[in-house]
Amino acid sequence: MDIRKAMEERILFCDGGMGSLLQAKGLKPGELPGTWNITHPEALVEIHKAYLDAGADILTTNTFGVDALKYPGQTGFSVEEAVQAAVRNGREAIRQSGKKAWTALDIGPTGKLLKPLGDLDFEDAVRLFGQVAAAGAREGADLVLIETMSDSYEAKAAVLGVKENCSLPVFVTVTFDEKGKLLTGGNPASVVALLEGLGVDALGMNCGLGPVQMKGILEEVLRYASMPVIVNPNAGLPRSEGGKTMYDIDPDTFAAWMEEIARMGARVVGGCCGTTPDHIRRTVERCRGIKHGPVEKKKRTLVSSFAQAVEIGRDPVVIGERVNPTGKPKLKQALRSHDLEYLLREAATQQDHGAHVLDVNVGLPEIDEPSMMEEVVKELQSVVDLPLQIDTSNLEAMERAMRVYNGKPMVNSVNGKEESMRGIFPLIKKYGGVVVALALDEAGIPETADGRIAVAKKIYDTAAEYGIGPEDIVVDTLCMAISSDSQGALTTLEAVRRIKRELGAKTILGVSNISFGLPMRENVNATFFAMALQNGLDAAIMNPNSDGMMRVYHSFRALTALDSRCGDYIQAYAQEADRKKSGLSEKGNAGKKDPEKGEASLLAESIERGLKDQAARAVRTLLAARGPMDLINQEMIPALDRVGKGFEAGTVFLPQLLMSAEAAKAAFEVVKETMRAAGGAQKKKGDIILATVEGDIHDIGKNIVKVLLENYGYEVLDLGKDVPPEQILEVAVKRQVKLVGLSALMTTTVPSMEKTIGLLRKEAPWTKIMVGGAVLTKEYADSMGADQYCRDAMASVNYAEKVFGN
Amino acid sequence: MTAIGGMEKWLETGEGFPWNRNEVLRYLGYRGQEIPGNVEALIEECQQELERAAQAKSTWKEYPLEIRGHVLDMWCLQVKSMGLERNLKDCQKVLLFGATLGSGVDLLLRRYGRLQMSKAVVVQAASAAMLETYCDWRNEALKREYREKGWYMRPRFSPGYGDFPLECQKRVTAALELDRRIGVTLTGSLLMAPSKSVTAVMGLSKKPRICSVQGCEACGKADCEYRRQP
Repeated sequence: MDIRKAMEERILFCDGGMGSLLQAKGLKPGELPGTWNITHPEALVEIHKAYLDAGADILTTNTFGVDALKYPGQTGFSVEEAVQAAVRNGREAIRQSGKKAWTALDIGPTGKLLKPLGDLDFEDAVRLFGQVAAAGAREGADLVLIETMSDSYEAKAAVLGVKENCSLPVFVTVTFDEKGKLLTGGNPASVVALLEGLGVDALGMNCGLGPVQMKGILEEVLRYASMPVIVNPNAGLPRSEGGKTMYDIDPDTFAAWMEEIARMGARVVGGCCGTTPDHIRRTVERCRGIKHGPVEKKKRTLVSSFAQAVEIGRDPVVIGERVNPTGKPKLKQALRSHDLEYLLREAATQQDHGAHVLDVNVGLPEIDEPSMMEEVVKELQSVVDLPLQIDTSNLEAMERAMRVYNGKPMVNSVNGKEESMRGIFPLIKKYGGVVVALALDEAGIPETADGRIAVAKKIYDTAAEYGIGPEDIVVDTLCMAISSDSQGALTTLEAVRRIKRELGAKTILGVSNISFGLPMRENVNATFFAMALQNGLDAAIMNPNSDGMMRVYHSFRALTALDSRCGDYIQAYAQEADRKKSGLSEKGNAGKKDPEKGEASLLAESIERGLKDQAARAVRTLLAARGPMDLINQEMIPALDRVGKGFEAGTVFLPQLLMSAEAAKAAFEVVKETMRAAGGAQKKKGDIILATVEGDIHDIGKNIVKVLLENYGYEVLDLGKDVPPEQILEVAVKRQVKLVGLSALMTTTVPSMEKTIGLLRKEAPWTKIMVGGAVLTKEYADSMGADQYCRDAMASVNYAEKVFGN
Repeated sequence: MTAIGGMEKWLETGEGFPWNRNEVLRYLGYRGQEIPGNVEALIEECQQELERAAQAKSTWKEYPLEIRGHVLDMWCLQVKSMGLERNLKDCQKVLLFGATLGSGVDLLLRRYGRLQMSKAVVVQAASAAMLETYCDWRNEALKREYREKGWYMRPRFSPGYGDFPLECQKRVTAALELDRRIGVTLTGSLLMAPSKSVTAVMGLSKKPRICSVQGCEACGKADCEYRRQP
């Protein structure tokens, strides 16, 4: 019988712990359990049979931790051999027992963290899991159980690896901590969103906790999940005794808890660490009779990041629109020059201003959009924990972004054209996502609300053919600029209202379009936003940095009882009210000008004291009267020098040095803008490569050096961390770089620094090499053949000035 | 060492971590300079963000210790290290210990490393101090627990300290099942991920030790820039 059908009919039982039973049979500490599949098949068959006897329906193979990172290793067995033997043992046990049961190919985590947290590449992880799945399926496993996942990204890699290598049903259980969090930060809602999006067949939790602690988390999972839920707890919380891990809950107590869990709504129950055939037997006895109806579809529209889920349809959702080059020359420039910091800053600023989701669009005709999109998504999700909305009309860019995205993304967009739906829906089906559906098709944008509703209906129907439910679609009824169509806003609002009522749809609008061509657009945008919310708009793609828009957002929530006791409103505006009362400017008194001092000394002082906004303001004023180069050379550089000297003398300490550098940078930005506007550009003093050497992932020192060198006018080619020697050489040769800075923090990575120096000496003899890092000393640096040891960031600036003859 | 109060509350609520300010400043390379108000505010801001971002976890296991020649045999790990041997003098058992602040701290480090270096260095220093304080607190509790059973616990000694080979991280993390218990893994170059993590060995002895030099002072690298000033 298909296990998917069986779960609808009755409670299914998993087996329990494996490790301690194997130890009892003689598995030694440090020995890889998977080798026993081949060396002791009879032991495995016996354990499986004990669980079958106890009433288990699902046997999990002894393949936890079997992957190409550990096999063959010292074992002499390939991954395939260990996996296939394991599946054979499971099937053999079922055959011998004469019972009906399923053999689940067990897949556990790799024991490595994925990049950027650790050093395992996402696609490598997909391959590792895929290899196991292919072998297990060939040998006749009935399903795959991916378990003990404590990182959503690794869980995603596992699901993709399995689904791309076999067509077996896929069950996934993750490990939460007592607070209901994954070790990498996800929660029940984000886990459900991700796994349902990926199209698994059942999901749930195992390990980490006992049944008592899992109850509360289960409740939360059931609130979101529209598929069967699995609960496989440990026999209590672990405790250590004489180097052994012990679990204390006895079979009867365990089974009593499991009965509660099954009554709450779990459909697959079993055990994990510390549970035995007896635990399972008692559980089966108590839970066998429990009946559930069909699984209730929750119909919740969820998008997620690795850390959190955002629901569309209960409370208005703000989607930040700023990471989009359309009409933004600076962002265009940043994309062309590959200045990802600029994008990251835009993203972080929107988060600070209250965005819930960030739209990401990197489409420019002259760049390779698929590569750029993939890179930007990876970068963004490594510094912000908000869900992303992948915004592109390039299908390849869309797929690559959805694949590497750590969560269930929003996707912008599909429309009613056949071609669009045929391209997008398979991606949504495979990777999961909530897709924005534009109410237009081959015939263009319908002029009436009726026309737009008809298109939306067509999109829903077609999505259903692909197995995509209405909860994964939000309809954009489209805003036409009122400057060209005076009925534009009214039609859009009518469509929003009716589409919600008539189709039960979730709605979204890019609200800023409405004011296109008008002056003071924020006036119109904010009013339109309020009207749209009142008509039932669920999500707005807008500028969260706009005070006017956010005022509407906060006020609307307070006015419609979405903001309990107006708490969020008060938190957002209480401080502003206080400031207005006391008559201070928004930035406090930092902006007050001392009339005794001129703007020039104010600029220098702002840099020395590390006051960013004040430095930018001061330089702006000064630029009216003085030339940019004059300001740089007479005011800014001397100020930086003074701070630098103070740092060297020990009177200024590190955070202050960096705050000064950041204030200087803010001032430089203003200067640069002026120079660009005047058609000139500041000449860089020269190129410097900076890199943390291969094997080392510490980059804080290198980044400090970078900030300072940039202030002093150098073009820093930052190659990042864990950089192979060959890559450094390649850039050094290509750009004929005169100075390379290498950083290493660990004694273990110093050899890699030495290797890099050797390679550069041989192949790029013109380049000077400076080195730094916590474990280095001057003697060490000399012995490796570096030109200069830099004990701190100022020392690198001084050396650079010497090399470039300034 | 005085008791570290307030830790339970922070673990529960994510607020009010018992900061050791001198340690935060020491990791920042502080040498008695004047601390301007905005730097003070920056430190405060970073500490608050860390209090919310960190998910501290720890785990430990007890093993018998046998010293043969200069081989320290802890059942799951056999190693030669003069430094550790000195530390484990008169001990009959050891505790293997692992702790982490979790991956949320790494997110902050990455974020500010890209966007605001002044904050990155403060988060770096403050999280280092935070991890030490957390380990100290956890170890104090273990010390009390073992004292009641008649054992004296020695200070932490970590792979990579002195001549205790970093290579031992592999055995220590495997024995403690750090990936499953607290989410700590090793990279190919034996660094721990999440980065703000610690493993250590603590000796257990029936005999008290009068002078217990520990932490920073126990390290042989006397010229270290961050060495605690007497």
